[in-house]
Amino acid sequence: MHHVELDRWSRGRSLLHARDARVKILLLVAYLAAVATSPRVSVAWLAVYGFPLLAAVLVADLPVGAVLLRAAVVLPFSAAFAVASVVAGDSQRAAALALKSYLSAAAVLVLMGTTPLGRLLRGLERLRVPGFLILVVQFLHRYLFVLSEQAQHMRLAALCRGGWSFRQAAGGVAVLFARSYDRAEGIHQAMLARGFAGRAASPEPARAGWKDWLFLLAGLALVAALRFFLGGVWSR
Amino acid sequence: MEPLIKVRDLHFRYEDGTLALDGVNFELSAGETVALFGPNGSGKTTFVLHLNGLLLGQGEVTVGGLRVEKNNLGLVRRKVGLVFQDADEQLFMPTVFEDVCFGPLNLGLSPPEAAAAARHALEQVGMGHALERAPYHLSAGEKRRVALAGVLAMQPEILVLDEPTTFLDPPGRRALLEVLRGLPQAKLIVTHDVWFARALARRAVFFERGRIVRDGPVDELLARFHWNLSESLDVVAPPGA
Amino acid sequence: MHIPDGFLSTAVWLGLDAASLPAVGYLARRARGDLEATRVPLLGVMGAFVFAAQMINFPVGVGTSGHLVGGALLAIMLGPAAAAVVMTAILAIQALVFQDGGVLALGANVVNMALVGVLAGYVPYRLWGGARYRDAAIFLGGFFSVLAGAALAIGELLISGVRIPPALVWVSLGLFSVTAALEGAITVAVVKGIEALDPGLVRRPAAMRRAAAVIFALAAVGLAAVGVWLASGLPDGLEKLAQTLGLEARARRLYATPLADYRLPGSGAGWVSQAAAGILGLALIYLLCLAVGRMISRRGSA
Repeated sequence: MHHVELDRWSRGRSLLHARDARVKILLLVAYLAAVATSPRVSVAWLAVYGFPLLAAVLVADLPVGAVLLRAAVVLPFSAAFAVASVVAGDSQRAAALALKSYLSAAAVLVLMGTTPLGRLLRGLERLRVPGFLILVVQFLHRYLFVLSEQAQHMRLAALCRGGWSFRQAAGGVAVLFARSYDRAEGIHQAMLARGFAGRAASPEPARAGWKDWLFLLAGLALVAALRFFLGGVWSR
Repeated sequence: MEPLIKVRDLHFRYEDGTLALDGVNFELSAGETVALFGPNGSGKTTFVLHLNGLLLGQGEVTVGGLRVEKNNLGLVRRKVGLVFQDADEQLFMPTVFEDVCFGPLNLGLSPPEAAAAARHALEQVGMGHALERAPYHLSAGEKRRVALAGVLAMQPEILVLDEPTTFLDPPGRRALLEVLRGLPQAKLIVTHDVWFARALARRAVFFERGRIVRDGPVDELLARFHWNLSESLDVVAPPGA
Repeated sequence: MHIPDGFLSTAVWLGLDAASLPAVGYLARRARGDLEATRVPLLGVMGAFVFAAQMINFPVGVGTSGHLVGGALLAIMLGPAAAAVVMTAILAIQALVFQDGGVLALGANVVNMALVGVLAGYVPYRLWGGARYRDAAIFLGGFFSVLAGAALAIGELLISGVRIPPALVWVSLGLFSVTAALEGAITVAVVKGIEALDPGLVRRPAAMRRAAAVIFALAAVGLAAVGVWLASGLPDGLEKLAQTLGLEARARRLYATPLADYRLPGSGAGWVSQAAAGILGLALIYLLCLAVGRMISRRGSA
């Protein structure tokens, strides 16, 4: 499953993997904003904005083909609207929709491929995202695989017996719900048994070093250059 | 010597009215290992949940000299380490390392101290190499050992394990057995696994309908368990009997 | 419908990000209450449940099948605040891990599905879920949660200048109505299934006074109306309003100088008033949600 693969990528050991999560998050947002607010797109635009992403993928030692392919999941959605735009005579917007959404997805993949989710969430928390929400996301991710497997098994079991009706499917979902509820109760008990009394403490507060600050400055400078200078070349 | 665990006349009724424990008396001494047998629904797990205050019933439960009651729960849970049957529910953090650190951090250790305790506990169970692994990548046996490490890192006096050999293959079982053999804590093991129980415990206890009906040397109890569980249960004699 | 990055205009994605931030913060506090120890695992696991449940196919007619979206189900089972937090967590995971929906567009998706969608799924149940029309109430919840979210999404795309020919808009809304009806049916079936397993899991909303019920109904209709209005992309009235208030000129000045680059195709007066219309419309929704939420909490079940 995709998120298992992503998890594997994120545990690499490149220069990018070692960078502070907050820095990478900020750079991602800056890059996405630059892409989103770019007034015009073109092949040159794609090359210029795509290059830093490609470089990042190579430095992080991620499988280039897989990343490029994975980012393409946005394309079906974009394609529909791109076609509508072309039909309405606005091919510039059509290209923009496709290219911008693709590069944005690829950029998110670079972040996720170089940052294990736990560290990402910790970074987000230190960037003032509510801790409760962070914990919910963390637990969601932890049990995503477990529950999906359960659902898969249910589906297979149903297929083995000739498929199921609408009502039976609803029954299956209801069982999944009840088991999830029970599971949550079990987790709660396990948390209490190990002394949980309300607030979760984090193991190591990550500290940003000079390399991280340098990376942040260089990255922001690059994004600014892309957006306001190189970008300006063809925005007239 | 004061017993480490002392349970007197414990009663417990669930919200829906089912009487789960009907007067349980039990004692556990330091360094002792006891196996808990009994049919499903006989109250074994319910009993065990009273030992660290996850359930509070009527009667007296004393752990390490402390009465188990609402205002003592934090202290009680330092003394009793409970390893649940479902390892997936127990390993709820994103990585092995973070999960084992959870307990020590809750006890108030500083992050470096908690990290050291976690590493040590993981070494004890033979999972010191798996710090950064995500729980869903682990096998059932590995999960079980990490769950045990999570409890060991809190340095409890008593270990309680609920059906620890569920889903384990023979190598997994053996690995777990070796780990448990090497631990000095008093142990209470709820199990159906006769081989496992005999390898670890000297004494066994038999639950039936919310009460302990037999408490004695493990071999003697197992002999009865194999041949004639009790008058009220249907038993098929093994072939050749 | 999860909107990717690169579709929304700056005013829209930025505005919705700004609008959703305080809302999510508030709801996270509400949902947590004093019971973080219990709530975190429950909400997290419920989020995972929704993902898992989406893998289950519900056969509808020849060869086609639908699946659960889940906003209304969560709202009914967990209450609106908790459901909103779970939906937000789901959207975050979908955007980050599955590239389903953008990161900058997260605010928009959160407003559409975690805020309005959840509320629209809850209000009918809150109003009529305790009485005879329970099944219909649950169905409406499922129906409106999907439709409102979709209508808002289309509206946001239109305001951002994405070209959708009117015919296509109506066709989309039609298709979404079908999906919405399916969601309604699935939600009813699942709630009944859960009740059959364990009646205690499904809470019954407390009885409501007549006046309050009327207010809620109006709020619900208001939400739907705003959604449809935005989707139709005809903020003429608001454009006139902006002109009369001199807002347009002021807004022009604000936008003209530092952000000269942010001119989209079809710029000029139209763009500004559309943006203003969008923002005002969303502010209206936001206020309605707050008001309805307040009233629900004052009279609601646990």
